[in-house]
Amino acid sequence: MPHQVSVFAENRPGKIERITGVLLKKNIDIRAITISDSGDYGIVKLLVDRPQEAAGLLKEEGIAATLRDIVAIRVKDKPGGLYEAASILTRSGVNVEDAYGFIVERKKDAVFVFQVEDVRKTERVLSDAGFSILTDGELYLI
Amino acid sequence: MWNKELEAISRKDLEALQLKKLKATLAAASKTPYYGKIFRENKIDVDAFTTLDHVKELPFATKNDLRLSYPDGMVAVPRSEIVRMHASSGTTGKSTVIFYTMNDITAWADLIARSMVATGATRDDVFQNMMGYGLFTGGLGLHYGAERLGCMVIPSSSGNSIRQIQLMQDFGTTIIHITPSYALHLADEVKEQGVNPNDLTVKKAYLGAEPYSEATRNKIQEQWGLEAYNSYGLSELNGPGVAFECVHRCGMHVWEDYYLTEVINPETGERVPDGEEGELVLTHLNREAMPMLRYRTRDLTRIIPEPCTCGRTHRRIERIKGRTDDMMIVSGVNVFPSQIETVLMNIPEVGNNYQIVLEREDNLDRMHIKVELYSKMFQGDMRELERLKKRMGEALRAIITINPKIELLEPGSLPPSQGKAKRVFDNRSL
Repeated sequence: MPHQVSVFAENRPGKIERITGVLLKKNIDIRAITISDSGDYGIVKLLVDRPQEAAGLLKEEGIAATLRDIVAIRVKDKPGGLYEAASILTRSGVNVEDAYGFIVERKKDAVFVFQVEDVRKTERVLSDAGFSILTDGELYLI
Repeated sequence: MWNKELEAISRKDLEALQLKKLKATLAAASKTPYYGKIFRENKIDVDAFTTLDHVKELPFATKNDLRLSYPDGMVAVPRSEIVRMHASSGTTGKSTVIFYTMNDITAWADLIARSMVATGATRDDVFQNMMGYGLFTGGLGLHYGAERLGCMVIPSSSGNSIRQIQLMQDFGTTIIHITPSYALHLADEVKEQGVNPNDLTVKKAYLGAEPYSEATRNKIQEQWGLEAYNSYGLSELNGPGVAFECVHRCGMHVWEDYYLTEVINPETGERVPDGEEGELVLTHLNREAMPMLRYRTRDLTRIIPEPCTCGRTHRRIERIKGRTDDMMIVSGVNVFPSQIETVLMNIPEVGNNYQIVLEREDNLDRMHIKVELYSKMFQGDMRELERLKKRMGEALRAIITINPKIELLEPGSLPPSQGKAKRVFDNRSL
């Protein structure tokens, strides 16, 4: 399963600069970034090519960062592409806690990334339904 | 024991000794401009003091009296007898000055040695003194006492964490003297240096100079893997060594052959029964340069009347709950910073640093509690953080009855503390 780097950040100017600055120093490539925000603070979520190293670097800089297991699947970039996957999750009673997506190749491939409670179970139901589950390596190589 | 005859003295003999010393102190005090005037105005007859209870006739002394008699209105000996002065750290308001004769310095060192032995210290210990040297009594006070006991003293003073750690490693420090806030900060620094605090040779910490909670003590003990001892003192009564915990670490023995101890209701000035909480009032029974009678410490505590199993007959006081003047009144509710600290330090996700900020919004008091999120406890989940805030809010409301706003901060965003930590910021304008 792939990993996402989650970073705790106060809601103030300069926070994304600080985080991305740390990653730049070691040439870490960002695939996707999203921020959930609660007003005073937020959690910056990053998909990067070397998640373990990135989390370690951020922690060394005194930033509260952690690795989270996530599920990433390849979906078709067309109307209904995500619907198919969502239906399977509904039928299996999987609750999506947080999600984001990005397009790999327009009109062709997209990646849907989400946080769930039981990663293994979710991966199983989706792969049984024919979805290609992306591993750490695949996610960063596409 | 350092001095078994005095430390395990019977209560009856102790009281007789106290009365004898009290009379000598009163005689010396009457020669000072300050007490001379007080005694005349209150018609105090020193010869009429036949029981310790007579002490109630004496008016209290306060910090303000020390300021008014600045610089030497309370001094009882010629200037040529004085060998040292110290000044209070000025926790609240302007600083005050205390003078010592050579005998005062020796007696003080003796009390410190007695206190250290009560914690199990011996001449084989290596004592690293991380309290500020200089006008503050915490540094030099323990320094002389530890030397008197025969320890090797490392006078490292406060701050410069990297060097502190180096000294501990190179010289095999076994006892540290440190403020609780700096102990927490230094534990983080030790870990940052890649050293496990448990691998150091430090076995004991003497904590003092700031009020702190039992939860903070536990946290310090856990992070360092040592025994933390509570100590009490204030510059007006010499400095550290007024009261100290013994190996049992349940309350601090007040050295009653040196300090006549009372606990009063801070509002009425009446004495409260032993065991009840109130303001600690101390009379110094053993000081030449500057007699001090019924000094109101502003520190809130209670006397533990039960005898201690260590065999010392000197009564214990409970850890200082707070100061009568650091109590905050928030929306009409009395709140002590120590109550908040107790709650915060019991929550593992919370780091070692916090701030209490009081604001007035739309004529209502608001309390903001700023805490640093402990890196290791961060799980990357927004809902967990919201639950944590809720948990903290509820735990605080259960103790202080008001509902503070909790702000989670990144680690390292609050200024680290190297001396006395400033935790409360009252920004309310009247």
